Amino acid sequence: MWKNRGIAFKLILAICVSSGLIFILIFSFNYRFSRNIIEKNVEDNAQNLVQSKVNRIETVLLSVKKIPENLASFLENGSYHEEELLFLLRTVVENNPEIYGATIAFEPYTFDRGLLYYAPYFYKHDGKIEFMNLGTPSYLYAYLDWYQIPKELNRPDWSEPYYDEGGGNILMATYSVPFYKNVGEKRQFMGIVTADINLGWFQEVVSSIKVLQTGYGFLISKNGTVITHPLKQLVMNETLFGVAEGRADTHLREIGRKMIRGESGFVPFRSIDSEKECWMYYTPIPSNGWSLAVLFPQDEFMADIVRLNRIVVILGIAGLLLLSIAVAFIARSITNPLRAMAQATKEIATGNLDVELPPAKSGDEVGKLSEAFQYMEKSLKEYIQQLTETTASKERIESELKIAHDIQMSILPKIFPPFPERKEFDIYAMIEPAREVGGDFYDFFFIDDDHFCFTIGDVSGKGVPASLFMAVTKTLIKAKTSWDADPGSILTKVNKDLSQGNEACMFVTSFIAVLNTKTGELLYANGGHNPPLMIRSENHPPFREGGDEGFSGEVEFLAVSKGLVVGVMEDYVYQTDRIPLKPGDSIFIYTDGVTEAMNEQGELFSEERLKKQTIKLQGKSVQEIIAGTMEEIKSFSHGAPQSDDITMMVMRFREEKG
Amino acid sequence: MIRILLFIFLVLFGATPPLHPAENVLKKASFIPHWSPQAQFAGYYVAYEKGFYKKRGIDLTILQGGPDRPSSQFLTKGKTDFTTMWLSTALRLAANGQEIINIAQIIQRSALMLVAKKSSNIKTPQDINGKKVSLWGEDFQIQPKAFFKRYNLDVKIIPQSFSVNLFLRGGVDVASAMWYNEYHTIINSGLNPDELTTFLFHEHGLNFPEDGIYTLEKTFKKDPALAGAFVKSSIEGWLYAFSHPEEALDIVLKYISQAKIPANRVHQKWMLNRMKDLISPPDGSPIGMLQPRDYERVDYELKENDLVKRTPSYYSFFVRCDKDVEK
Repeated sequence: MWKNRGIAFKLILAICVSSGLIFILIFSFNYRFSRNIIEKNVEDNAQNLVQSKVNRIETVLLSVKKIPENLASFLENGSYHEEELLFLLRTVVENNPEIYGATIAFEPYTFDRGLLYYAPYFYKHDGKIEFMNLGTPSYLYAYLDWYQIPKELNRPDWSEPYYDEGGGNILMATYSVPFYKNVGEKRQFMGIVTADINLGWFQEVVSSIKVLQTGYGFLISKNGTVITHPLKQLVMNETLFGVAEGRADTHLREIGRKMIRGESGFVPFRSIDSEKECWMYYTPIPSNGWSLAVLFPQDEFMADIVRLNRIVVILGIAGLLLLSIAVAFIARSITNPLRAMAQATKEIATGNLDVELPPAKSGDEVGKLSEAFQYMEKSLKEYIQQLTETTASKERIESELKIAHDIQMSILPKIFPPFPERKEFDIYAMIEPAREVGGDFYDFFFIDDDHFCFTIGDVSGKGVPASLFMAVTKTLIKAKTSWDADPGSILTKVNKDLSQGNEACMFVTSFIAVLNTKTGELLYANGGHNPPLMIRSENHPPFREGGDEGFSGEVEFLAVSKGLVVGVMEDYVYQTDRIPLKPGDSIFIYTDGVTEAMNEQGELFSEERLKKQTIKLQGKSVQEIIAGTMEEIKSFSHGAPQSDDITMMVMRFREEKG
Repeated sequence: MIRILLFIFLVLFGATPPLHPAENVLKKASFIPHWSPQAQFAGYYVAYEKGFYKKRGIDLTILQGGPDRPSSQFLTKGKTDFTTMWLSTALRLAANGQEIINIAQIIQRSALMLVAKKSSNIKTPQDINGKKVSLWGEDFQIQPKAFFKRYNLDVKIIPQSFSVNLFLRGGVDVASAMWYNEYHTIINSGLNPDELTTFLFHEHGLNFPEDGIYTLEKTFKKDPALAGAFVKSSIEGWLYAFSHPEEALDIVLKYISQAKIPANRVHQKWMLNRMKDLISPPDGSPIGMLQPRDYERVDYELKENDLVKRTPSYYSFFVRCDKDVEK
């Protein structure tokens, strides 16, 4: 599947998947990291914000606390009259803006033995200072928290927030300080001095907390009672634990318990009114153990990073798309020329070398490749053109060679018997040309009536030069032959002529013989040629026309003087040998194409084999001897093509008759 | 045949008075619960709001109760026809010569309890010995005192007000609580149940049936049917409240806010659920029965504590009057 996909697909997939993974990795790391930073910032912010509000509240509480404490101290250490007490109390309320009201509540019957309750109370109302005695039958203060708790605890205490129905009818909290009288060793409890604060101010401070869009602060008392909250029905009506129970939220209950225990913390928190996920920081107000909490809506403080992340994601996706397009573009710039080249190559393979190859547009590897293809196409074209030309010229040469060969053959006498009127001798010759034009030749002619010249030759080399050289040699031999000339002088003259101006350093081996048809004397000269075979008919009856059966005689190589090849040394003088022929004697001359004919095993036909064959054939007519030898050579060589011309000639001397 | 059937029909239906009295003949009556509006009295508010009283010919006025408006005084001074009271309160009134009768014992089980923090090392009744215990007044002290006597405990009693803050702040080691009210307030002030030791008096052989419906004997004698209709309607109200808790809570909360008292639904829900536990008789008998053994136990403890000398007999004190009332 993958293997067969295109380069473009593979590139896009691989690059997009890997860069996508890298992007996701970077993105998620970035998200986590920035989220942590923001949460840490929010926590610091929250802590600072809450702490500053708590400090504001605490400052007020501390200043309020001092007043009843001082009053209690005064009551314990000094003596006082009722008027003095009332004046003092009034002044305190008047001079302390933080204080809503203050009272000195005496234990029953301690201020006045005849009076159950005595608790003068000054409080602010409509900007004026009002007075009230709290000790009425409908307001049994001895059993109220602000009185009873510090009394039982023997220490000052802040009350829970409460609506004081008997007193100011406002939401307030009371700081109560017990005071005592020393009776002998014992400290006798005398009553409680209180200062009330209007919690409206607290509510304002806390309500003024605005965090981001919907974040807010809320305050709970030591019992978890909600003192301020944007949700009005909770205020002074529910505790955080009640809210937790209503929502079956044990987590909220746990947070509430931590808050009233005076702990601080930064916790995830579901907003009670909006149900939003928030982070909440809470910390206690040291004086009274109430807890102030501020909520930071997560979606709001995360808004920037969420927006940033959205942009990053969009950019990332856009980047990936762009990358894919770029990769696709590059891939196409590679694959398109490749595809075109593949197509063109197919065309070229079918032989169409004129196919338009895609142009090399760039200098990159693909451009180089198309250049190379173009160059290859051009070279192929040129090569094929050259090849065509070469073939044509070769064909011409071959046809010329053929003509040359034909001409060469045509200058050799081919009519047998050549001189039917002469009965003194028989002659037969044949030439089996090799594949190429060779340099073998033979010739025979009468010098005069009684002298018959025959010759054979083999020019070194092959081809046209050899054939030309052969023609020259043949012509020269004929030209240099005169009636009194002997073969040696002919050969010497021919050698002289050939040697002069033989710049190609060609040479020829040649055997020339002249037969005196009257006497049967044979003169001959050899220029480096193979020695001919002499077939003697001495012990046999004279030659009879038409039948050679039973004819047998001696066959041997003719003794020849050593002679150099012709055409090499200008001043060389060739010897003439002579031998008398008896009627019936034959001379077999041949070129080395006979003895050096090769079979497939590389064996030569050899002189021995030739001699044997000749012995076998000695009684036959000249024509039959040559045909039989040729047959034997062919059967030896099994039709293997021969590199050299095979030329044979047999001349048989006959008894002159009449 | 038809005549006979017609006769029977007339005997059965025609001869009896109309089931629903006409609107113009509604009998006026008043009722005051013995505390501020809360789910403790859900049955009465629901019965009123659902028209159960009107259905039975009562034009009822529910007076607002509260700590400063003692229901016993309202009854004895004739300011109300019906009220609720604890059995112990009523018995003491009767012993003092007030001619009041119980016409239905609504709460069967005492919800009064003592609560202590485990952190004060109080785990058994004996651990209370020598500790500061805050108690409410009068009738709320009968069971605790009997409890202390039973376990031979010497405690320092501190008067307890309406809040549990004294206990929460550690001013006392043990506080009184109603299971349906203060106990829940403590829980919702951040103390977990497992941090508390509770002593429910009904678990310590001191089951004092609490809220019952009372009327003056003469009021009853004047119009027993009215009393019967009132009890019947009230019980119907309770049953309706138990089967429709959210609607009942809506009604209760309405009364609470009318009384300008902080209304806390979660708290009222707890209270209503506890009411169901306390009101439903354990043996499955109909709501409203005062069991003689409960009466005798309260009578015994009151006498034992020298709170009463002579008490009326069970049969003259408790009158089951709703049995004859038509549905």
